[in-house]
Amino acid sequence: MTAPAAMRPAIANPWQSDVAVVRETVIEAPGVTTLRLSLADADRAASFSFRPGQFGMLYAPGVGEVPLGISDSCRADRTWSFTVRAVGNTTRALSALRMGDTLGLRGPFGSSWPLDLCDGYDVVLVAGGLGLPPLRPVILELVQRRRNYGRVTLIYGSRTPDTLIYTGQYDDWSNAQIDVQTTVDRADLNWTGNVGVVPLLLDRLHPLSPERTIVFICGPEVMMRYTVRSAVARGIPVERVWISTERNMQCAIGLCGHCQLGPEFICKDGPVFRYDRIAPWLAVGDL
Amino acid sequence: MRPTDALERSNRWLAKEAFPTLFDRLIELGYAIVGPTIDQEAIVYDRINSVDELPRGWTDEQAPGKYRLKRRADDAWFGFNVGPQSWKKFLFPPHAIVATADRTANGWQMATPPDDPPKYAFLGVRACDLAAIGVQDRTFVDGPYVDPIYAARRREALIIAVNCTQAAATCFCTSMGTGPRATQGFDLALTELPTGFVVEIGSQRGAEIVDKLETQDVDPQQLEFAEAARQQAVDQITRQLDTDGIRDLLLGNLNHPRWDDVAARCLSCTNCTMVCPTCFCHSVKEVTDLQGDHVERHRQWDTCFNFDFSYMNGGIVRDQIRSRYRQWLTHKLASWIDQFGVSGCVGCGRCITWCPVGIDLTEEVAAIRETRA
Repeated sequence: MTAPAAMRPAIANPWQSDVAVVRETVIEAPGVTTLRLSLADADRAASFSFRPGQFGMLYAPGVGEVPLGISDSCRADRTWSFTVRAVGNTTRALSALRMGDTLGLRGPFGSSWPLDLCDGYDVVLVAGGLGLPPLRPVILELVQRRRNYGRVTLIYGSRTPDTLIYTGQYDDWSNAQIDVQTTVDRADLNWTGNVGVVPLLLDRLHPLSPERTIVFICGPEVMMRYTVRSAVARGIPVERVWISTERNMQCAIGLCGHCQLGPEFICKDGPVFRYDRIAPWLAVGDL
Repeated sequence: MRPTDALERSNRWLAKEAFPTLFDRLIELGYAIVGPTIDQEAIVYDRINSVDELPRGWTDEQAPGKYRLKRRADDAWFGFNVGPQSWKKFLFPPHAIVATADRTANGWQMATPPDDPPKYAFLGVRACDLAAIGVQDRTFVDGPYVDPIYAARRREALIIAVNCTQAAATCFCTSMGTGPRATQGFDLALTELPTGFVVEIGSQRGAEIVDKLETQDVDPQQLEFAEAARQQAVDQITRQLDTDGIRDLLLGNLNHPRWDDVAARCLSCTNCTMVCPTCFCHSVKEVTDLQGDHVERHRQWDTCFNFDFSYMNGGIVRDQIRSRYRQWLTHKLASWIDQFGVSGCVGCGRCITWCPVGIDLTEEVAAIRETRA
């Protein structure tokens, strides 16, 4: 009676990282690197799987641990990718890793994009800046099973042309009948594409069938708020809009308390939420 | 609450002369006894080995922002209420190493440090703190992820509750439905009377310990006196928190002007969260040796009142005291219910006593209720 739940047998320590090995590094843009990793332990590598939208905790021992969305589908060689921008101590240390280096990885954690709701629907993916990596596994999944979906559009905005990432893959996605639309906040001399924020592209997107459209958004909070506004203005029901949110995450397992937003733990209830579930809390200043 | 017949039958009488043997039996059984003792002019919980270390003949006087020890007119062993510490200090240690990493010729190796915690016997757990342990169980062992450090300590811990026979001015357990009587979650529960204890047996483990003590059948008069002593605690409780619809009340008033009012008084000192028996927030820091080859991940209690607790993307989400106090209170009393199915508040009153400016959460909630949106 004293401790019914605690009597359960001890499980593996959720704080302990797996050892991961860097298999490849790709510079995506100035300060932005994709690390392709495999787990050192073959059994762990075989059993490790994730759903698009989930994140891992990447750990540079002695420096720190950061949450990063898994940014690629699992390759046949059981490797996983994370795209990191060097901004703080830990992300700088991770960005400096070279092929063969080891690091820690915990995960995958959190909720995922509801791909099962996309069947038969037009899918609009909207990414801002480093919001694209957690959506790339979705793109690859849609490409894989392309006939299951109606029109698929990716709207992706970044600050400047040189900060757009994964540019080498846009043609592949276009060839798979994904309408890739990019925009930048500030053009340079070579840029002939769109200039402006991503909601503007959604505003003037080809004629939509709003009743048959689902929207996934990942990017800065203010960008997501205005994108939702545009989606709703285009007649898309708000209950078919999903976003990926971010807060300070330290444990990733709902224990440390840092990531709370109202009643939600972003790490275990999110990071992907149906917009109408999280919207009331996002609307309150400094909650 | 009227004890059931089954509970009546499981009561025993432990005379005061025989009480010291409880310590001997617990030590023989391999328990590390933790109980109330006096340190730095407060009654704290610490490792003790005999009755002599209990604060016999002492009591506490509590009020918002005030805690003083006072001599009692009698020599009761447990004639006081809760102090600044809670059992959380032992189940969820303020400092722990959750993982390690070592640099080898083959790269980093990750490990979990060995953990061999003592088998604790908690002596003197009040009903509010029993409830608090239950609340922390929901966080650390009942969710999808089990914290191994908490679980290892909790699994073995023996809980000897002591029923309150008096209340502090800051107590409001009756409002939270958590006390003052211990009704579940204990191995043994004691009610202290001038000549001995009525011992209620709550588990098989508790029964086995009682079997090793010199106890007598309890007589109806002793039960009556015990009931009267417990009723005295109920009667002394003056503070109340109206919990009716409290979740919607608080989450529906996130922009109430009272948050500005309390922010003007709150020092964001973190005391309320440090003394709270259910607050679980923490941070993990990297600690390395000089070469950087051996790394330990040190977990420490953290608090939503720390300025950088909500740091993200180069900014602080809750950069005002207003938003930090609001986070604490709405989490404790409202969103906790969404997250764990119970309130995060057990009515122990510690946050009121230990607030240096005497902020009383029951007053804050009442003020919001009075002028709710």
